[in-house]
Amino acid sequence: MFDKYMIVGEEFRNVKEGGRITGFQLGVRLPYYRGVVLSLVGDMELIVDGEKIPAEKMTVTVGGKTLPVTELENEPVAKWEFGEVGIVKVDKPGGLAPGEHTLELRQHMKISYVPGGFWGKDKKTLVLAE
Amino acid sequence: MKTAHNIKRSVSLYSFQEEYFLRKMTLEDLIAVTQKLDIPGVEVIPDQMIPGYPELSDDFVKQWHGWMEKYERTPVCMDMFLDWNKFKGRVMTEDERVESIAKDIVNANKLGCKVIRVIHDVEPQILERLAPAAEKYGVTLALEIHAPSYYDSPHEQRLMEMFQRVQSPYLGFTLDLGVFVKRLPRVITERFLRDGMKKEIVEYLADGYEKGTLPRSSELGKPNTGLMDKVLEMGGSEEDARKAMIGAHMIYADPQLMLEYLPYTYHIHAKFYEMLPDYTEYSIPYEEIVPLLIKGGYNGYLSSEYEGNRWIQDAFEVDSVEQVRRHQVMLKRLLGEE
Repeated sequence: MFDKYMIVGEEFRNVKEGGRITGFQLGVRLPYYRGVVLSLVGDMELIVDGEKIPAEKMTVTVGGKTLPVTELENEPVAKWEFGEVGIVKVDKPGGLAPGEHTLELRQHMKISYVPGGFWGKDKKTLVLAE
Repeated sequence: MKTAHNIKRSVSLYSFQEEYFLRKMTLEDLIAVTQKLDIPGVEVIPDQMIPGYPELSDDFVKQWHGWMEKYERTPVCMDMFLDWNKFKGRVMTEDERVESIAKDIVNANKLGCKVIRVIHDVEPQILERLAPAAEKYGVTLALEIHAPSYYDSPHEQRLMEMFQRVQSPYLGFTLDLGVFVKRLPRVITERFLRDGMKKEIVEYLADGYEKGTLPRSSELGKPNTGLMDKVLEMGGSEEDARKAMIGAHMIYADPQLMLEYLPYTYHIHAKFYEMLPDYTEYSIPYEEIVPLLIKGGYNGYLSSEYEGNRWIQDAFEVDSVEQVRRHQVMLKRLLGEE
């Protein structure tokens, strides 16, 4: 439904903490037509330059709250609102090299009235912001 | 000429989801648009446009009614969902489901909505248990009939049985006019072409749908492998075959059958995919449907529900406001409001 808007390029940059680059981040919108509680946000498959990022290396920040991606299933109250840009941070010491990168995102949505839920997918080639 | 009826017009703000999602328009902007387009009633999906739902702050409720007053609109319908799988490792109990919808009833009352569109998969006994709460708050629970289901589908028939036994004016149906798709929306077939589906396959789907000759499954929920096999046989990809299934999920149900059930119908989603410049819809024969609604004595709202954005956003700028404008011009004409 909103697949082409899932990866938000403006937020794509390396993350610096304590003077060191600890990883990188990107903006993500869900492909569904309403906001949902985080437990309905299913598997998040992120592939960067052909390499799949393990779920345990990712956190997501929505509505001012940061959770490991692997913990989303335990959150039945806090929501990821419709069209809200969440920030996904990937733990990768040294971050990504400057220049172009290809990002692929497949997002499962556990929507109860759709048997098996559904997947949204997006692929974009982006230049890492300075 | 004014035809005698009591059908009113509204719009589901769902129609403007593209603009809202991209933060091009706010909730207030959308309500202002309904005034500009002369649409008396407003329908809202709180999970879509009211952050933090199901919690409604007093400030928000006050602001909502302030907007209704400022733009002289009437809240009509609130669309709810039941996320019965939101707790890890288990499904909601019946009591939890009842409690969840009871909260929606209170919320609809706060927003001034007299009808709740109930999501399709709610069981009859749950609605029956909620009838007293619905009556107390003056909110009708109207379960949505949505393609590929229709009034005569098994779940709907079980609901009818309960409606007839309970005889509560607070329990009934919402009908989505997407059950009357006479030909495949052009916005969908054109998207298939842009996505690389072979022209012969697209033509086979459009033609077969219109003539009713596509291989179909006889029972709801059963995989329709006949159609997928045919698409593969014609040289389509696996993805083409999956997409082709849209033709198996859309239906053109018998509009006459509706007459029998309109007394149990409290709200209508006037679904549309593409309004043409001549103010007709490409795939749904409103010219046939609206006169039947009048004949059947339907007296609720006809709520415009635009769902074409997702099919054109890959190649075109979505203009939901213009699409809704054209749809409302058509409804006014068919309702004799000109």
